[in-house]
Amino acid sequence: MSAIQILFWFLSGLALVSAIMVLISKNPVHSVLWLVMVFFAISGHYILMNAQFLAIVNLIVYAGAIMVLFLFVIMLMNLDKTSDPQKNWWMKLAGVISGGCLLMEMATLVRQAAEMKEKTVMMKEGSIGLIGNLGKLLFSDYVVPFEISSVLFLSAMVGAVVIGKKN
Amino acid sequence: MGASSLIVLFFAAIAFSVGGISIAKIFVKGVKNPQKGQAYECGIPATGSPWHQFNVGYYLFALIFLIFDVELVFMYPWAVVVKQTGLTALIEILIFIFILFMGFLYAHKKGALKWM
Repeated sequence: MSAIQILFWFLSGLALVSAIMVLISKNPVHSVLWLVMVFFAISGHYILMNAQFLAIVNLIVYAGAIMVLFLFVIMLMNLDKTSDPQKNWWMKLAGVISGGCLLMEMATLVRQAAEMKEKTVMMKEGSIGLIGNLGKLLFSDYVVPFEISSVLFLSAMVGAVVIGKKN
Repeated sequence: MGASSLIVLFFAAIAFSVGGISIAKIFVKGVKNPQKGQAYECGIPATGSPWHQFNVGYYLFALIFLIFDVELVFMYPWAVVVKQTGLTALIEILIFIFILFMGFLYAHKKGALKWM
């Protein structure tokens, strides 16, 4: 086995184990922390696929900021150990149905995996995801969308402040 | 740096962290002191449970943090190419930061970052 294969199997195993731990942890805060672990493993996969920028975005934005939002939501909902989780039967049924749909979808994808190999597109030599190449494009050809994205952030921030400070 | 050296570094990192902890386990005598388990060993004794409901207003802090986090993601490719691209990239990122700084000023003016 080559080094990349070892890394691939290690990261896959880590991602799967952490994902299972997200589900079976009783404490919701522990679930979020295991989810951070899943994001780290997935970022490792991105780096193996030469998508450095995606890996960094996944780490900084998802494992960093989005998980902070998750923790905030959990703390806002006040789910401490004494409060029982809701155990409605229809909620369980809805979970089983939506989970089953996802499972079926993934099974179909895996069955088609052999054909998918011919359909995937690789940009030139597959190095577009490297930070340097992406930065060169971002600050020359795509500079206008880049500046406009800052206006988008500005509007998001103003919107958050307006809604948050209403009361 | 090839992938094999990455693996060597990876296991070196694991050995470094695990080694540190296990050496500490060997040499530290098991001194049981209830104060060591407290949140602030040398501070005010903590009372009550940390599991209590937070003010919903603090969610705003997290949202503003998220936006500046995404801004930082864009600075990362900029930092890699700024030497090659030179002055233009510098001006571009300054415009980008300036626009977001206006948002920060707005949030500050509205008192969104005040302790409540």
